[in-house]
Amino acid sequence: MNEMTTIARTTTLKDWETDQEVRWCPGCGDYAILKAVQRTMPEIGTTPENTVFISGIGCSSRFPYYMETYGFHTIHGRAPAFATGLKLANPNLDIWIVTGDGDGLSIGGNHTMHLIRRNLDCQIMLFNNEIYGLTKGQYSPTSRVGTTSPSTPYGSVDRPAQPAAFALGAGARFVARGFDVSKELPNVLKAAHAHKGAAFIEIFQNCIVYNKDVFEDFAAPKGAEDRQLWLKNGEPMLYAKGTKGIALDADELHLKTVDVVNGDWEAAGVIVHDVTNRSVAHMLVEMRFGEFPMALGVLYDDPRPTFEADVVRQNKAASEGKTADLQSLLKKGQTWTVTDGGPEL
Amino acid sequence: MATAVEDRADNRPSPLSDAVVVRFAGDSGDGMQLTGGQFTLSSALAGNDFATFPDFPAEIRAPQGTLFGVSAFQINFGSSAIETAGDAPDVLVAMNPAALKTNVPQLKQGGLIIADEGEFNDRNLAKAKYDANPLDDGSLAKWQLLKLNISQLTMDAVKPFGLGNKEALRCKNMWTLGLALWMFDRDRQPLIDWLNAKFAKDPNLAAANVAALNAGHAYGETAELAGPLKQHHVDPAPVAPGLYRTLTGAEGIALGLVAGAQLAKLPMFFGGYPITPASAILHHLSRLKEYDVTTFQAEDEIAAICSAIGASYGGSLGVTSSSGPGIALKGEAMGLAIMTELPLVIVNSQRGGPSTGLPTKTEQSDLYQAVYGRNGDAPMPVIAARSPGDAFECAIEAVRIAVQYMTPVMLLTDGYIANAAEPWAVPDLESYEAFPVEFLTEAPADGFKPYGRDEKLKRPWVKPGTPGLLHRIGGIEKEIDTGHINYESSNHQAMTDIRKAKVDGVKVPDQIVELGAEGGKLAVVGWGSTFGPIHQAVRRKRAEGKDVSHIHIRHIWPLPANLGELLKSYDKVIVPEMNTGQLKTVLRDQYLVDARPVNKVSGQPFTIAEIEAAIEGALA
Repeated sequence: MNEMTTIARTTTLKDWETDQEVRWCPGCGDYAILKAVQRTMPEIGTTPENTVFISGIGCSSRFPYYMETYGFHTIHGRAPAFATGLKLANPNLDIWIVTGDGDGLSIGGNHTMHLIRRNLDCQIMLFNNEIYGLTKGQYSPTSRVGTTSPSTPYGSVDRPAQPAAFALGAGARFVARGFDVSKELPNVLKAAHAHKGAAFIEIFQNCIVYNKDVFEDFAAPKGAEDRQLWLKNGEPMLYAKGTKGIALDADELHLKTVDVVNGDWEAAGVIVHDVTNRSVAHMLVEMRFGEFPMALGVLYDDPRPTFEADVVRQNKAASEGKTADLQSLLKKGQTWTVTDGGPEL
Repeated sequence: MATAVEDRADNRPSPLSDAVVVRFAGDSGDGMQLTGGQFTLSSALAGNDFATFPDFPAEIRAPQGTLFGVSAFQINFGSSAIETAGDAPDVLVAMNPAALKTNVPQLKQGGLIIADEGEFNDRNLAKAKYDANPLDDGSLAKWQLLKLNISQLTMDAVKPFGLGNKEALRCKNMWTLGLALWMFDRDRQPLIDWLNAKFAKDPNLAAANVAALNAGHAYGETAELAGPLKQHHVDPAPVAPGLYRTLTGAEGIALGLVAGAQLAKLPMFFGGYPITPASAILHHLSRLKEYDVTTFQAEDEIAAICSAIGASYGGSLGVTSSSGPGIALKGEAMGLAIMTELPLVIVNSQRGGPSTGLPTKTEQSDLYQAVYGRNGDAPMPVIAARSPGDAFECAIEAVRIAVQYMTPVMLLTDGYIANAAEPWAVPDLESYEAFPVEFLTEAPADGFKPYGRDEKLKRPWVKPGTPGLLHRIGGIEKEIDTGHINYESSNHQAMTDIRKAKVDGVKVPDQIVELGAEGGKLAVVGWGSTFGPIHQAVRRKRAEGKDVSHIHIRHIWPLPANLGELLKSYDKVIVPEMNTGQLKTVLRDQYLVDARPVNKVSGQPFTIAEIEAAIEGALA
């Protein structure tokens, strides 16, 4: 988010739709995410002209063409670097980075890490479908061990990266999770936008062609309440209609699931979610689905000064009391004057 | 001493030498670059013209005394125009056996060696792989040898200041500088002032260094009558009146970029990643924040250029800089800047390649990379600077083309220009014509076309944040006018043609002949830092009555419109380059002229004599 966006002008979903034909596969999870973003934008008090969507390469990276804003579809993995230059050139712009598991964690993992560590004020939406879609289905850095694909006909053997854990490890001050068709996604996006600094959002996205229903075990509507833990700041970490919760095993220093009897979550030791608790955030991003429900929503949110603000401040401080007289700069240092009588200092 | 310097005949310094080449060589820890730099300043104050050549190892602190740890600084100064750092030194100052061994082969026959015999002990001789002490075994007979125990003399001079052994020995370079100042009849005071300023926080250390400087000078005075040490005087060169300073290529580029941005009325964004020998540009610019310069040390070369493109997209002048290996990494992003038609300046301080190559040595082997080194048909203007002062002008020119044509531009310089210093007449900025950028802020009457074009085929520059002009850009082929994604074959053909026509149409000045006539027997065609040796060699050959001309190309792409006809007006064309013949190939391809290569890829600049020999060969 940025401070210049308190604009009186109101927009509707239609204002954020382009006239471009959307070219994702029918049924792709990207459609739902696009709608969620277009639906969110009018509610966060920003304007299309002040908004820039920047992407790399991949299915998700076509996103900017479908948003009626400024947009830059760049090169593979480098969107964070373009965003950094743009934000430093104009800190008032509201920048959204759209990337995927291949673009953001494989070819562009380096830039994702540095963007997060620098804390550039922007939203990073990482569409995680655990597969390379646009290149026709090779396994990705988030694919599970054993994923068979054109490049791994006998199954992949390397262990997957965990996007949220990666982000937090890189120093993220905002980490959230959602999934394509979730009704909660706009709320997650709003929270990300409200966070000043780099806001990292892992969005599980269903690639219906190459990795269909890979998230179905927690994303399916049926039984969702038993498999999804939607985190809310200040509220106990409860799921399964309040019959289960997340507690801390203080002896072993890890999280555990507990049964909640008669709604008495306090007695069960269920933790109250504090979005500023970095230690708990580290445990939440590491919670393994299956043994635990999938942790969704805002896992961590604790802002600190942003990169561009610090750069602007330093530029200003370093310039203070100095005049930008280039002619005198050219003369700076040891000079001598040549006259008819010869050179002199 | 060699012919260039006449010995002193009476009690006054003799004013007869035309040019002298002095090479200071020592261990990387001996402060030779500093000594050379201060001697350069003293040459400037004496009114001499000069050129310098710092030649240092890639290792930061190579093991002391080793052959690969030798650091040297060469200066050529004289009473007439100096354009190269000199072919062969007249004087070699060797601070240890390794410095002697690596540098003495280049010394002119009869030239003077000043060696610190205090360092010629068994250990250092062994490190330099000498079986016997060359100062004693007669192997240096074809030169004049002056052996002094500079280490001991320095220790004696600084004794009153109570420095530790190590600190005291660090003053050796000032003792040597003092002797050099005496040899060339130089005023010590500016150096004393400089030492006092440099060590202002430690007056005792300042005094010790001044004492060493004075002692070296006094040694020259008192020892003069014995042995080969003589005092010489080099007259001031005839120089136009005005204000001068020394300028390195890196400074020239940094200042030129700032000037260019000011002339374009744009803030500058510089994205860089440390790499030798380009880092100095980042260092200079990072201190110039009050000039609306934002510098960003990116996580890698790719992020450096991408951030610069992002800044250009946002309405700043995006600039990035690197050397060959880093430029290779930036290739894909250059293609995006070409596709999205955003202004960008890419500075390439070339060094020896391929791969890591010779990081601290100079080469001109990235011309192919600059002109052709991208995927797809990706035309991009390329400019090459010939000297530190010219780098200032070229940087302004690069900015001008970038913003007037909405295109990335590559500015080629090299390790030699980047580090070498020359006297520079400070230009009057008022004399440069401004080229302020006009952003598109509202839709024209016939509607907004992100890829619509003006008469120069330039598309409009729209800053994000501008209401009413929302649009998307990217690396996928663009539809004519609208800029929408378009894969149609006819559109791709048309867009490829437009991108080519735009760059072909960049207005560059007609090629001039630097020396000699238009048309004749032989043209020596150069580019970049070979200017000095080519110019001097052609001048000498013309003085001998030879029909030879010097053409030096600044605009490598697009080439000047008249160049083909000009080259065809000579019977022969030779192209000296510090590569295996890259400009030669381009000229042959563009004009079907029989350009012949003259190549040197040793990490060292051409000598004048080498170019003279090539001219002789071509005219034979």
